[in-house]
Amino acid sequence: MTLHPILAALKKHKAGVTLITLQIALTLAIVCNAVFIIGQRVERVHRPTGIDEQNLFLIQQAYVGAPTGDDAASIQKLDAMQRTDLATLRGLPDVEAVTAINSLPLLQSSWTGGVGLKPDQQHSTEHAAYYFGDDQLINTLGLRLVAGRNFTSSEITNRGFRGVGEPPMVIVTKALADKLFPKGDALGKTVYLDGQAIPSTIIGVVARMQIPAAGGWGDSFAWNSVLQPIRLDANYTRTAVRARPGRLDAAMREAREALFNANPMRVLENQPDIGIGIMPFSEVRARAYRADIGMAILMGVICLILLCVTAAGIVGLTSFWVGQRRKQIGIRRALGATRNDILRYFQTENLLIAGAGVVLGAILAVGLNLWMMKQFSMDRMSLLYVLVGIVALMLLGQGAVFAPARRASRVSPVEATRSV
Amino acid sequence: MFAYYLDLALRSLKRNKALTGLMIVTIGFGVAASMTTWSVFRAVSGDPIPWKSSQLFVPQIDNWGPAGHGPKDTSNEPPDAMDYTDAVALMRDHRAKYQSAMYQIGAAVTPQRVGQHPITAIGEAVSSEFFPMLDVSFKYGSGWSAADDDHRAQVAVISSHLNDKAFGGGDSVGKTLSVDGHEYRVVGVLGDWHPQPQFYDVVNTGGFSEGGGNIFVPFTTAIANSMNNNGNTNCVETPKEPGFVGLQKSECVWIAFMVQLDDANAVRDYKQYLDNYAAAQQQAGRFTWAPNNRLRSLMDWLDFEHVVPSDTKISLYVALGLLLVCLVNTAGLLLAKFLRRASEIGVRRALGASRREIYTQFLIESGMVGLAGGALGLVLTGLGISGVSWVLPRDIAALAHLDVSLLITTLLVAIVATMLAGLYPTMRAAAVQPAWQLKSN
Repeated sequence: MTLHPILAALKKHKAGVTLITLQIALTLAIVCNAVFIIGQRVERVHRPTGIDEQNLFLIQQAYVGAPTGDDAASIQKLDAMQRTDLATLRGLPDVEAVTAINSLPLLQSSWTGGVGLKPDQQHSTEHAAYYFGDDQLINTLGLRLVAGRNFTSSEITNRGFRGVGEPPMVIVTKALADKLFPKGDALGKTVYLDGQAIPSTIIGVVARMQIPAAGGWGDSFAWNSVLQPIRLDANYTRTAVRARPGRLDAAMREAREALFNANPMRVLENQPDIGIGIMPFSEVRARAYRADIGMAILMGVICLILLCVTAAGIVGLTSFWVGQRRKQIGIRRALGATRNDILRYFQTENLLIAGAGVVLGAILAVGLNLWMMKQFSMDRMSLLYVLVGIVALMLLGQGAVFAPARRASRVSPVEATRSV
Repeated sequence: MFAYYLDLALRSLKRNKALTGLMIVTIGFGVAASMTTWSVFRAVSGDPIPWKSSQLFVPQIDNWGPAGHGPKDTSNEPPDAMDYTDAVALMRDHRAKYQSAMYQIGAAVTPQRVGQHPITAIGEAVSSEFFPMLDVSFKYGSGWSAADDDHRAQVAVISSHLNDKAFGGGDSVGKTLSVDGHEYRVVGVLGDWHPQPQFYDVVNTGGFSEGGGNIFVPFTTAIANSMNNNGNTNCVETPKEPGFVGLQKSECVWIAFMVQLDDANAVRDYKQYLDNYAAAQQQAGRFTWAPNNRLRSLMDWLDFEHVVPSDTKISLYVALGLLLVCLVNTAGLLLAKFLRRASEIGVRRALGASRREIYTQFLIESGMVGLAGGALGLVLTGLGISGVSWVLPRDIAALAHLDVSLLITTLLVAIVATMLAGLYPTMRAAAVQPAWQLKSN
C-alpha cells in the first residue's frame, strides 16, 4: 500500500490532524514526566533504611518538671531518669533490646554536622547525620557491622543535649567510610567532627543506615551516618525498642504502662504530630513517605485520565472520519479493495498521525523535564521513559483506531451507489 | 434568538450522544483535576494575613559572613534566622512600630483536671507586640503588656484547643497553668486563630503544621526560665559553651524575627538602621565583613522560604497540562462535528443567516458542552477534594476546601475553556461557502 493517498486525504483534514497530533504529543510529554516522577517516588520509598524494621518501635516522651539540663548536676539527674527508663524497658518480658537514641532513619528530625579529615578543617569533607546512642544501638536497630567492633558499655558517656565535645570513637556507615577513605581502609582512621580539633577514631563500620531525613534536603548525604557512643540527656528523650518477634503490640502496651508506673510525671500520650508517644517503626515509615506515595498516586490518576481522554479522542475523531468517508470507502470496495485494505488504511493513517505526535511529544517531554530540572531541581529523566512512552502511545493509538477502522472495513460496496 | 440557538444546540448534541458524552466527560475530568490541584495550591500559597501582609517584614542579618556558605554556594544570602545577640539588640533598639523575636517552644503542661496525664504544647516565645502586630484575635482576655516583657512575667496566652485540654474550656483568664514546672497566669485565650502557613515562624514550622501555636509566653520569660528551643538550630561552628546559655552566647541562629513597618519611609529607615547596626558590629570587630542584610516583605519571605511545597506546584502544572490536552481533544471533536454539518450551515447561510449568527449558534453549542462539563467537573472536584486527604500530607490536605468562589471558578473555567476550544471550529463553520455546499449536493 502506498502512503500517497493517505497523505492526500490527511491534507484535507489539516486542522483535525494537527489537533490530534498535538494531543498525542502533549499526552506523551506529560505522561513521560509523570511516570518519571512516579518512578522516582517508588524508588525512594523502597530504599532499605539499613535497620531491621520489623518488631521495632519508638518511644518519644518528655519529663514534666525535670531540670533544664544546663548544669552538671541537673544533667546527671536527667541521666539517672533516663537510665531508670532504659532499665525499666529492658526488664519487660516482650522486649528484646533497648537503646537510647536521638533519632531514627525516616523520623525527619536530624542532627547533622560536618566530618573532616584534618583538625580545624574549615569546610568539612562530608556532611553526615549523627546518631547518639549506647552499646545497644547496633543490636536494637539490627544494623549489620561489616568491619571493626561495637561500642562497649564502658565506652558510653553521657552529656547534656547542648553539651560540647566530640567522642573519642565513632562507628560510621560503609557509604561514609568509602567516601572519606576511598581505599577502603577507614577502620582505625581518625576523623574530626564539626570542624573541631578533637580526633575521633573509627572503630567500626556498619553496612547501611539511612539518615533521619526521608528526602529533599538530605538526599545528597542520605547514607552518611555517624554513630556516637553518647547518651544525650534532656527533658525530652527518644528510645528505640526491639520487641520479641511477633510481640510488638504487647511490648508497646507493656512499655507505656511500665514507664508511667516508674514515673508518672511525663508526657507520653500519643501526639505523633509533635513527636510524642509510642509508635511502631511502620508508622514512622508511613509518615515519612506519605507525601511521596500521595504524589505517585496523584500522578498515576492524572496519567490514567490523560491516556483515556486521548484514546477516546482518537476513537471519536476516527469515527467521524469513517462516517464522513463512507461513500469513498464504498467506492474503494467496489473497485476491488478488500476489507483488510480498508482496515489497514485507517491503521496506517493512525500510525502516521501518532508517529508525528510522538516525535513532537518526545521533544516536548525532554523539554518539560529540563524545565522541571531547572524549576524544581528534579533529576534528569532517562530516555528509556520516553522510548517506553512512545511505544505505549503508538499501541494506544492502534488500539483506539481498531474499532472504528473495523467498522469502516464493513462498509458495503453498495454505499458507492447511494447518493447522500 | 438565544432560545432558538439553545434548541438547535440541544438537537445537535442529542444527535450524537456518545460523542457529546465523550466531550462532556473530557471537560469534566480536565476541569476537576485542575480545580482540585488549584484548590490545594490556592490554600498553601495564599496570603495568610491579606490586610496587613504588605506592612510585615522579616529582617535578616548576616552574622556568619563568608563562612556561612559552602564552597559551592554562591548566593551570599544571610542566614534565614537570627542569633540571640542580634535578636535582643533589635528588640532593645525598638526601631519598628511593632517587633517580635520568636522561637518555638515545646512546653510540658500539667492539666488541672484530676487524673489527666501531662501534655506537651507546642507554641512560641514572643514579645507583647506580637499580638497587635499580627492582629491576633482573642476569645477571652488579651495579650500581655510591655511591662510584662520587661519583668519577665510568667504569663501565657493559650489556644482554645489547649484551653479545652487543660481547663475543659471556658474563660480561663486569670487561671494558673503549670508549664514546665513553673506557674503561669493565663492572660488570654485565642479565638479562631491558627493561620496556615504559620507565617510568623516558617523557619521552625516549615510553614504548615497541625501541632503548633498552642501556647505563647514572653520571650524574656522563656529565656529566663531556660525554655529550650524546640525548633531548628543552625550553626557554622559549634557553641563554645554548653547548655542553653552556651547557645545564647553563640553565633548559632534559631530565632525568627518580624517587624511592622507602615510605609515606604519606615521601610527605608529600618533598612538603614539594620545597615548601621551591622556596620557598628563590624567596627566592634564582631563581623569581619561588610553589612549584608535583607528586609523582605512577608509574601517575599514566604516565597523565599519555599513555603509552597514544590509537589503542590508540580501537581498543579501537570493537572493544567491535562486540562490543555482535554481542550485540544474537545477542539478536535467539535471541529469534526461542526464541519460535518457544512451542508446544514450552507442551507442556513443561503436562507439569510449571517456569519455572525453562525458564530453565535456554534459558540452557544460549545458553551453548552462546557456548562455540562463544568457541572460534571464540579461533582468530580468535590470528590477530588475529599480524595486529596489520603493523597497529600494531612496538614496540607486539610486546607483544601470547596467554597463558592471555587464553585464559580470551576464553572467559569469549564465554559470559557470549552468556548475557547470551540472558537476555531466555529470559525471554520462560519467560513463555509453556502454556494459551494448547495452545489455539491
